[in-house]
Amino acid sequence: MNIVVLVKQVPDSGADRNLRTDDNTVDRGSANNVINEMDEYAIEEALKIKEAHGGEVTILTMGPDRATESIRKALSMGPDKAVHVVDDALHGSCAVATSKVLAAALGQLNADLVLCGSESTDGRVQVMPHMLAERLGIAALTGARKLTVDGATLTVERQTEEGYEVVTASTPAIVSVWDTINEPRYPSFKGIMAAKKKPVQTLALTDLGVAADEVGFAGATSTVVEHSKRPPRSGGVKVTDEGSGGTQLVEFLATEKFV
Amino acid sequence: MSEVLVVVEATAEFGVKKVTLEMLTLARELGTPSAVVLGGTGAAEALAGKLGEYGAEKIYAAEGDEIDGYLVAPKASVVADLVKRVQPAAVLLASSQEGKEIAARLAVKLDNGILTDVVALAADGTATQVAFAGSTVVKSKVTRGLPLVTVRPNSVNPTPAAATPAVEQLTVTATDSDKLARVVDRVAEQKGSRPELTEAGVVVSGGRGVGNADNFKLVEELADLLGGAVGASRAAVDSGFYPHQFQVGQTGKTVSPQLYVALGISGAIQHRAGMQTSKTIVAVNKDGEAPIFELADFGVVGDLFKIVPQAAEEIRKRK
Repeated sequence: MNIVVLVKQVPDSGADRNLRTDDNTVDRGSANNVINEMDEYAIEEALKIKEAHGGEVTILTMGPDRATESIRKALSMGPDKAVHVVDDALHGSCAVATSKVLAAALGQLNADLVLCGSESTDGRVQVMPHMLAERLGIAALTGARKLTVDGATLTVERQTEEGYEVVTASTPAIVSVWDTINEPRYPSFKGIMAAKKKPVQTLALTDLGVAADEVGFAGATSTVVEHSKRPPRSGGVKVTDEGSGGTQLVEFLATEKFV
Repeated sequence: MSEVLVVVEATAEFGVKKVTLEMLTLARELGTPSAVVLGGTGAAEALAGKLGEYGAEKIYAAEGDEIDGYLVAPKASVVADLVKRVQPAAVLLASSQEGKEIAARLAVKLDNGILTDVVALAADGTATQVAFAGSTVVKSKVTRGLPLVTVRPNSVNPTPAAATPAVEQLTVTATDSDKLARVVDRVAEQKGSRPELTEAGVVVSGGRGVGNADNFKLVEELADLLGGAVGASRAAVDSGFYPHQFQVGQTGKTVSPQLYVALGISGAIQHRAGMQTSKTIVAVNKDGEAPIFELADFGVVGDLFKIVPQAAEEIRKRK
């Protein structure tokens, strides 16, 4: 099975994150940039499927030059190769334009199965799998906590508010996963060394047949007008329980009219 | 005034979800609200009363197995056709998994911008979003097409405004490419009659400090006494104390209730990402240095196994 995993480089969600003041895009220059955590689960799932059914795993990333670090990191887990869509004109692209570019790249990769994380930790927009499915005319099985592959038939358990849905489709398809689906492996030393030699193909917009004015700020379908930091919350009253902590808690809730 | 389409979220158990009432309230500021019901046969009739109560002047209904039996794609096709026909002033969907997914397909079908996790929407289409774990407030606008917006639950105070909606049945014509992802089973796991996590006015969450799955009964008891939903930190979920759909945080649900109670949760950034826009935060933790206390309006340092039962008893006494 030919599997492509979408990997996005994001600013570390464990650190302070900001939007730039000059062009309102995510500040990646001063951030510690890492693989979007949820994507590691997609990579793990791809590797497990390859181990069980054979095939090839390709990482697909759209991002600036520095995304190369995340691509090598992803490859160190075990995928075979990577494709990096990189072009200065992409800076400032909205989700709609991003899906156009990724769909064009996927169109060249001939994947049976596209895997990705359910959301990225920076935007948390959650729209990419269905945007890609819409553009490519393939099935989208989203929010998977379990994926079963039986020949060309894919079945997922899709997490919902009420429980889960069992959803099935034939390949080609795109599947997005939650972090409950597996436990991603750590790259081995051998894996890290091997990753340095794995092929990483770079594609520019001209390779994809996408015009520069369809992406970036020129092609954006939405714009950030302004942004500001919320004032951090400050702690209020802190008491140490000396036998009446529970009662004090309820007294507070009563003054706030919750009881 | 132009129509504003509100794509209804509802559950079999609770009927119209609160976020739908929030969207209808918001839609009234922007134009004339029309509710769009996408579901099984008879769905619109069951929901019409409530939708009218909150100001839906019209209900468009697309019902049946073609809608209900596949993952979102047929729903998006129906809404896209409707948008082309009625040319609404805006389209509002819930910022839930399904709402975002329908919106995603609409954005591509209509070549239209999309804004998600919106907490306020001005008449000129400027949307307010909260980003980066609640640390940043962003104002954005769709610059191509109409405002296509997903609204985060607990953003707007829903207020009734009675209307008598006429129901228009839409013809569902799902194409083959809409029917690629087939729903073969739906399994309910939600227990009891607690409010849905993202919509609840009160959320009581447990973390690693709760110790084991059995002890979560304490968290549930307090939640029930406060009429709230139960949540869990990632540490608690990863340890198998509570199911994943109740996880609050960066890789789980984002909640913004009136009251958030954190029990045995240290308050790692992963967790704060999902709850720090809550109006009032209360915390119980045995570690007085835990970062959760930096957020808490009221914090108790001590043993939650003593404090929570005492609090529960005190609430019962006051009832």
